[in-house]
Amino acid sequence: MSETQISIEGLKRVFPASEDDGDFTVFEDVWFKVNKGEFVCLIGHSGCGKTTLLNILAGLDKASAGSVIVDGEEVDGPSLNRAVVFQSHALMPWMTAMNNIAFAVTSKWPNLSREKLRAHCQKYIDLVRLTGSESKKPSQLSGGMKQRVGIARAMAIEPKIMLLDEPFSALDALTRGSLQDELLSICRETVQTVFMITHDIDEALLLADRIVLMTNGPGARVLEIVENTMPRDRTRHDMHKHAHYYPLRNHLIDFLVERSAKFQERISAPDYDPRKPKVVRPGVVAPRTLDADADEVATAATSQARA
Amino acid sequence: MSRSNHIRALLLSIVLLLAFGAIWQIAVSMGGSGSAADMDPEYAALMGATAKGQSALPGPLTVLAQIWDHVIDPFYDAGPNDKGIGIQLAYSIARVLVGFGIAVIVAVPLGFVIGMSPLFYRALDPFIQIMKPVSPLAWMPLALYTIKDSIVSSVFVIFICAIWPMLVNTAFGVASVRKEWLNVSKTLEVGTLRTALRVILPAAAPTIMTGMRISVSIAWLVIVAAEMLVGGTGIGYFVWNEWNNLSITNVIAAIFFIGLIGMVLDLILGRLSRLVAYAE
Repeated sequence: MSETQISIEGLKRVFPASEDDGDFTVFEDVWFKVNKGEFVCLIGHSGCGKTTLLNILAGLDKASAGSVIVDGEEVDGPSLNRAVVFQSHALMPWMTAMNNIAFAVTSKWPNLSREKLRAHCQKYIDLVRLTGSESKKPSQLSGGMKQRVGIARAMAIEPKIMLLDEPFSALDALTRGSLQDELLSICRETVQTVFMITHDIDEALLLADRIVLMTNGPGARVLEIVENTMPRDRTRHDMHKHAHYYPLRNHLIDFLVERSAKFQERISAPDYDPRKPKVVRPGVVAPRTLDADADEVATAATSQARA
Repeated sequence: MSRSNHIRALLLSIVLLLAFGAIWQIAVSMGGSGSAADMDPEYAALMGATAKGQSALPGPLTVLAQIWDHVIDPFYDAGPNDKGIGIQLAYSIARVLVGFGIAVIVAVPLGFVIGMSPLFYRALDPFIQIMKPVSPLAWMPLALYTIKDSIVSSVFVIFICAIWPMLVNTAFGVASVRKEWLNVSKTLEVGTLRTALRVILPAAAPTIMTGMRISVSIAWLVIVAAEMLVGGTGIGYFVWNEWNNLSITNVIAAIFFIGLIGMVLDLILGRLSRLVAYAE
């Protein structure tokens, strides 16, 4: 489990100068690792270069400095080992759901027989519970169903790593919830390494083993890494009853509301090392409030986080 | 609701047609222009029967009868100056299809290259901008001089007028393929050719088809004029020949057939574009 699969080392992305502006550094000196089988979420405000970072990981964009090492090799362009689920699903509208997945599958295994191809695609359509909608075009599918196809397409090529770029942000809360549950169960079954971008705190808490917090741009960095101290078999329905839920959640809200913008003082502190972002485990060091009264837990956690 | 609207539209069309026919008939029977009174006597003598108070402009019923004559016997061939309208139309359609077909073969791949490469786009843009507004008939003397064959020249003129809308539309369609589809293709390590055929072509197909539709319409407009110039065969030559015969009836009948074929060509391409259309 602790074997490193993705190592991001000193990553920096500069967008070239526009006419009256200087060079624009989106993020710099970004270091963190993702272990094999781990689910890591990246949280940050818009404009901190989350999508740019994911594109570099996917090989669609090039870093200005630093590198991404995957399984001991430097990323130099896209690869079938890293599947991407795009924010806007990016399905081809002229292909049926089945053919969208088949397009990906034949890209990985070009010599598959017709029957094997169908069976393989069907397996993933069933996995994301789209059985019966195989021959529908994306325009005939709802937003949630489209994103399911997007996830099925990414999983169908059996990648070593899945990269998800805010996959559920365009969906309504109910659809989002059920898709999160499904993604969670799929990932637990397949022990998949996943790197996901989100700005939804509950989503990160439900799905992620570790949550990377990025400061605001320009010049964004990794502020710290939050370890999810809740048990791995948590569900959307019982997660909030866990004693660590509110300390974790408050810590993240605190970060998004205040600390992400006031990062200068934090990263100029002498103990800040961009290569080893501080790992925090909210909840664990806090006095265990076993009382189920949520308000009390929240108050305790907030005072803990502010201390 | 929509069905009754259809019927009402159809009724209105028929009413408009009848009204137009009636006005036409009244205008013609009142003598119209070209009556003997204000004619040069010599010209009147030359015109013979027509000059004797009767207009050369036929009424709608005469034209209808003439059209019917063409419809029941479209393919007769009584020498170079007297062929059925079906044969003439077939010549014109064949020229348009050959010229248009060659234009498709050239414009679509070239448009692909231009659309995919910003370098080519910039480099070829001045040529396209200058060539596009040139009337295709301006090429005719050059074509006749270099090719020396009048039929091939008219096909060339069709080619040159049909190429621009398709080239511009293909380049535009290819250049504006959504980046995310290309990114999907990249992350799946799909090769250039497969990306072009499976992603870019279907994505740009509706735009390309629009270009084809414009091209075929322009080609059909131009073929009439081109055939008037080169002569020999074709519907354009037919019109010019009947003008020389002063058979206005046949000229009007020909106008009707030209419009009809143009509509059919457009309908066919409209159907084809529906096949490649997709909803996002």
